Amino acid sequence: MDEAVLRAVVPQVIAILVRRGADFAAAEDAVQDALVEALRSWPDDPPRDPKSWLVTVAWRRFLDVVRSDAARQRRELAVEGEPQPGLAETADDTLRVFFHCAHPALTPTSAVALTLRAVAGLTTRQVAEAYLVPEATMAQRISRAKRTVSTESFDRPGDLATVRRVLYLVFNEGYTGDVDLAAEAIRLTRQLAALAQDPETDGLLALMLLHHARRPARTRADGSLVPLAEQDRTLWDSSLIEEGVALLQAALAQERRGELQLQAAVAALHADARTAEETDWVQIVQWYDELLALTGSPVVRLNRAVAVGEADGARTGLAALAEVDPGLPRHRAASAYLLEKAGDLPAAARTYAEAADLATSQAERTHLTKQAARLNAALR
Amino acid sequence: MPKYLLLKHYRGAPAGVNDVPMDQWTPEEVDDHIQYMDDFANRLRETGEFVDGQALAPEGMWVRHDGPGRPPAVDGPFAETKDLIAGWMVIDVDSKDRAIELAGELSAAPGHGGKPIHEWLEVRPFLQHHSETIE
Repeated sequence: MDEAVLRAVVPQVIAILVRRGADFAAAEDAVQDALVEALRSWPDDPPRDPKSWLVTVAWRRFLDVVRSDAARQRRELAVEGEPQPGLAETADDTLRVFFHCAHPALTPTSAVALTLRAVAGLTTRQVAEAYLVPEATMAQRISRAKRTVSTESFDRPGDLATVRRVLYLVFNEGYTGDVDLAAEAIRLTRQLAALAQDPETDGLLALMLLHHARRPARTRADGSLVPLAEQDRTLWDSSLIEEGVALLQAALAQERRGELQLQAAVAALHADARTAEETDWVQIVQWYDELLALTGSPVVRLNRAVAVGEADGARTGLAALAEVDPGLPRHRAASAYLLEKAGDLPAAARTYAEAADLATSQAERTHLTKQAARLNAALR
Repeated sequence: MPKYLLLKHYRGAPAGVNDVPMDQWTPEEVDDHIQYMDDFANRLRETGEFVDGQALAPEGMWVRHDGPGRPPAVDGPFAETKDLIAGWMVIDVDSKDRAIELAGELSAAPGHGGKPIHEWLEVRPFLQHHSETIE
């Protein structure tokens, strides 16, 4: 059985149940039950049409629950009998499932959890494992999220930007357990891009593809980080790069530029360089200028300072960095890099060590500690 | 999303406001304190923020490698009770602010006289495992 095929239809099946009169929370529960049943029985007995199978089983499950509730409460059924044939969901219905799960009333953490279950079709256990929390905690997080959105209208059009933010968070989580969240985020963003027909969503997909293309080169077998300039570029996935660049060009051509398209443009310039030396830093700085004008983001200002250091020399980069909030997570690391490039090795070694203390991931901390160690050894 | 360790130990922080040793409390005060901790953990289970919580026995020992072919060297326990780690809780929350808010609540556990202990808790972020972050 191809689990990906199964999971791809989950949001459509939820949309169908909602269209037939189920409320979102009950529909989502019923589909999750059907999904678990499918994972159990399909390997031996695969259905001809996975989607109708899921609709049938989920609908029956929904009716069972409604009937037992009704029996308990001694009241009449609100929903009647067998599914009406020929009632299909539309692209808009599926899109509403995306909007609902990323609803602005949810915190980012709960939006991510609900999206992974109801849109990505992961089981609660898989989501819990991916985020390294107990399954019971994740189950509570998801049911609270469903309660929060239960009072929100399912039919009101939502905001694509909130969905993109949720998918971006999922992508950044990478992979810790069996579930590759970066690959999941790409799969969902592909679905969203097909439904939304919107350049900024295409920009997000391009950004993800261009980053994902470099993943095989980004870490060594032992998990340690390889900086962009030292990556073996033959390991980059050229088909993902091609797809990302084509998507981005088509998006930019629509002249509705957004932050994600501009970030993807920077990633595309890196992908375009056959060696680190060939990188077109001057053009990268120009994209960062545009990004900064658009967002005013301090993180962009920081990345721009590093790019300026490459384009116009380390001293100019350090001058640009002096304008950036020193409290930013990677400020020290950027500063250490530019100091070494400027030839001030003792200061660079010191700053790398400080940066290691401020790192937010294990791999980053190890990498920065080794940079400090390398310079200290050279200075002895 | 970010995970934080709420660590209850006695190393470096000033004494809590209501700093009376537990054996000077009434038995009911001890029960109330434990009940507060349990309720707190249960509330976090319901909000989907609980990861783990453990209390540690006060006695312990120091162990280190003592050379190839030799059993590990064991020493202590040392009488440094001020280094004691009493226990911890691990939470998975939306933000640093939320972690601080929860640590504040935990620190309000009742103690002597039924009044909050106001003890200092150390709050430490976990280093993340992933390295996917878009540069």
